[in-house]
Amino acid sequence: MVEVILFVIVALTAIAGAVTMVSVRNPVYSAMGLLLTMFSMAVFYVMNNAHFVAAVQVLIYAGAVMTLFLFVIMLIGVDQVIDTDENIPFQRPMAIGLGGALVFLLVIAARAAWITGRSSGVCSIDCNGTIENVSEELFGAWLLPFEATVLLLTIAAVGTIALAQFVARPRLVDATEDEQ
Amino acid sequence: MMPLFAQVSSSGLSVEPHWYMALAAILFAIGAAGLLLRRNALVMFMSIELMLNAVNLTFVAADTGIGSIEGQISVLFVMVVAAAEVTVGLAIIVAVFRKRATASVDELSGLKG
Repeated sequence: MVEVILFVIVALTAIAGAVTMVSVRNPVYSAMGLLLTMFSMAVFYVMNNAHFVAAVQVLIYAGAVMTLFLFVIMLIGVDQVIDTDENIPFQRPMAIGLGGALVFLLVIAARAAWITGRSSGVCSIDCNGTIENVSEELFGAWLLPFEATVLLLTIAAVGTIALAQFVARPRLVDATEDEQ
Repeated sequence: MMPLFAQVSSSGLSVEPHWYMALAAILFAIGAAGLLLRRNALVMFMSIELMLNAVNLTFVAADTGIGSIEGQISVLFVMVVAAAEVTVGLAIIVAVFRKRATASVDELSGLKG
């Protein structure tokens, strides 16, 4: 029963954070709302015995990714005027309607999975997500995908440096000049 | 028809994996709606992060449901890809901002005929 109460409280917190992120004007408040949702996710991971994933969630998402977001928000400025005129007619009601339709569709789709009910819950290995169990699986059956992520991260780092270098260089054709 | 959320097991009400599925569906839809609603590139990017987080929640909840640990491995891979995506995406946003002095995607109409 305590688990149910905890689930309801944290679920409402997560949804409140998500709605805050989408609805507020200031991008800093958006980042704070997303941070709230990400901490709620970490609580859900702990409730599902995924302790290592919960720690990684707090460290990577709430720590590194959100810091990067806040850094970029500060870099490009938060005090810009946000224009509220819509280029696409009925964009706001259409987006909200499509979001509601997506909830309906996903819940219907998920029902197909959950009416089969909970399985016996028998694990071939210990399915408590401690760092030992996760690393045994990760460096065993999933070693090759793990190595591929190393390549992916290297490419991402090189690409980011290339982007920064490319913009710093003076260009022959300035795209902003023929607009203004 | 089964009731959507209330499922009373023999030992009273307990949190079932499909509750997490429903919550993840709601969060995913909020993220998708945010992606459609907002014009600020940074907030659109945060919406994508929210959708990725919702998918991670389904992975972990399904793990509990079927008694496996491989979904948690998938979550770790999703996190790595999301981190790489954030790095490159924010670099692109900063590059666009340096060129156009705006973070609104409506202003980026250079390819429009």
